[in-house]
Amino acid sequence: MNLGIGRPPRASVMHPAIRINSVTKCFGATLALAGIDLEIAQGEFFGLLGPNGAGKTTLISALAGLVRADSGSLAVMGHDVQSAYRSARRLLGVVPQELVFDPFFTVRETLLMQSGYYGIRNNAAWIGEIIEALDLGDKADASMRTLSGGMKRRVLVAQALVHRPPVIVLDEPTAGVDVELRQTLWRFIRRLNGEGHTIVLTTHYLEEAESHCGRIAMLKQGRIVALDTTANLLRQFSVHRLRLRLAAGGELPAALHARAVEEAGCWVLSFADFAEVEVMLAQLREACCPISEINIGQPELEEAFLAVMQRDA
Amino acid sequence: MTGFRTLLYKEVLRFWKVSFQTIAAPVLTALLYLLIFSHVLEDHVQVYDSIGYAAFLVPGLVMMSILQNAFANSSSSLIQSKVTGNIVFVLLTPITYAEFWLAYVLAAVVRGMVVGFGVLAVTLFWDTPLLVAPLWIVVFALLGGAILGTLGIIAGVWADKYDQLAAFQNFIIVPLTFLSGVFYSIHSLPPFWQSLSHWNPVFYMIDGFRYGFFGISDVSPWLSLLVAGASFAVLAGLTLAMLKSGYKLRS
Repeated sequence: MNLGIGRPPRASVMHPAIRINSVTKCFGATLALAGIDLEIAQGEFFGLLGPNGAGKTTLISALAGLVRADSGSLAVMGHDVQSAYRSARRLLGVVPQELVFDPFFTVRETLLMQSGYYGIRNNAAWIGEIIEALDLGDKADASMRTLSGGMKRRVLVAQALVHRPPVIVLDEPTAGVDVELRQTLWRFIRRLNGEGHTIVLTTHYLEEAESHCGRIAMLKQGRIVALDTTANLLRQFSVHRLRLRLAAGGELPAALHARAVEEAGCWVLSFADFAEVEVMLAQLREACCPISEINIGQPELEEAFLAVMQRDA
Repeated sequence: MTGFRTLLYKEVLRFWKVSFQTIAAPVLTALLYLLIFSHVLEDHVQVYDSIGYAAFLVPGLVMMSILQNAFANSSSSLIQSKVTGNIVFVLLTPITYAEFWLAYVLAAVVRGMVVGFGVLAVTLFWDTPLLVAPLWIVVFALLGGAILGTLGIIAGVWADKYDQLAAFQNFIIVPLTFLSGVFYSIHSLPPFWQSLSHWNPVFYMIDGFRYGFFGISDVSPWLSLLVAGASFAVLAGLTLAMLKSGYKLRS
C-alpha cells in the first residue's frame, strides 16, 4: 500500500491551514460562538476540546460552510470559506459527528460519487487504497444500509478523504466505536499527518487528544478558554502524583499531610516538580515510615481539562 | 461540471434503484385511471368531435404522470437527505447552488419522462394517439417536468418533516394537476370554474401537451407556452435565490 499518493499539494505561499478571525454565531438567543480567533499551521495535529454545547461543532460547521458566521472570517489554506468557498471546500475534508449515510448505494458507489462531487474522475485507485487502509475491502460492494455502526463510521472517514484534502477535520470520529476501529483509524490518521495533512480533532476521549494532538484549544460557551501545546497545558494545569501504600503500622509524617489525599488504602501526594519527590522521600525516611508499594502517576489531560473548565466557571 | 454531472447521475440512479416504486407504480396508477374512466365515460363524454374519450384522456394522464413524478423525485430525495442528514455530503462539496438546482431538476425531468413514456406505452393497447405536432409534446413535457421538479425542490427544502411535504403534495400539487383538464375540457365547466382554471398554470401545460397530439386545444399553444415559460422562470428564480441564501440548508 502506498499512501504517499495522498500527500497534500504544496502551497505556494505558506498560509495557515486554518485561520479564524473574530467569528461569532448566534442561534436565536443562544450565543454559540462568541468571537473565536484561532490559527492552525499546516501539518499540525490539533485538538478542539470542550463540553457539549461549547461550540466545537458550530465552529467546524462554519469552517465547512454548513453554518454561516454572523461576523468574522474563516479561511482554509488562505481561501475564505464564503467568498472563495469552492477552493476552500476542495482543501477541506470533514468527518461529521452524526452517523449519516445514503441507504441507496454501496460503499464503493458512495465513495465514487463523493469523489465526483469534488470534480474528480478516474479516482478508483485512490478509493481502493482508502478502502484497503480502513479495512473496508470485504464490504466495498455491500449496501450502506447493511453495515454496522463501526463500518459506517469508517465510510464517513473514507468520504472525507476521497478528494485528498490537505486539511482534515474529524468531529468525534471514534464516538461509540470499538477498539479495533480506533486503532485502525488512528494508525491511518497518524500516517496522513506524517505525510503533511493537517488534522483537526474534536473528541470527548481526552486520552486520544493527549496522545495525538500537538496543540489543543479548549472551548467553553463559545469562547476559547485555553490554547497551548498539549505539554504546556499538562504542565500548567495538571500535577504529578506520588502514590504510596504504607506497610502495616506505618504512619504518614505530619509534614506530608497537607499535600496528601487518601484513596483506596493509599496516600496520594501531588507535586509539580520531580525535585519535590526527593524531599518527600527524605521525610518518609526520617519518620522511619515503612513503604510497601510506590509509583508515580503522570499528569492527565482530563485533569487539565477539568481545571480549565472549573477555572472559567 | 463533474460535480454537477455526478449529482445528476446520483439522483437518477437513486430512483432507478427503486424503479418498482418510482416507475412501475405510477404507470400502473395511470393505467387504472384509464381503465376506469374510459370504461365508465367512453359512451357518455365527447370532448372533441373526432376524438374518443379514451384517446382524449391519454395525453392528460401522460402529462399528469410526468408532472407528479417530477415533483415527487426532487421533493422526496431532498426531504429524505435532510431528515437522514446525508445532504451534508453534497453541502460540503464545491458544487454551486445553480449546479445543485440543475442536477435535481434534470433528474426530476428524467424520471417524469421515463414514467410518461411508460404510461404512453401501456395506453397504446387502448388507443393509438395522433401525433399532430410532436415538437409541442416534447416542449411541454420538458417544461412541465422542469416546473414541477423545481417546485419539488422548493417543497423539499422548505419541509422539515414528511408530514409537511405530504401536505404540500396533497393540498397544492394534486389539486393543481387534477383540476387542470386531465379528465375533461374546461369548456365543459361552468363559467366560474372555467375562469378559475385559467389561473392554474398546470392547465396550460396539459392543454399545450394535448395540442401536440390532436392539434386541438382549449387555448392557443403559444399562450400555454408563454404561461408555462413564465411559471418556470419565476419558480427557477425563486429556487435559485432560496438555494443561494442557504435557506434551511445552511444555518
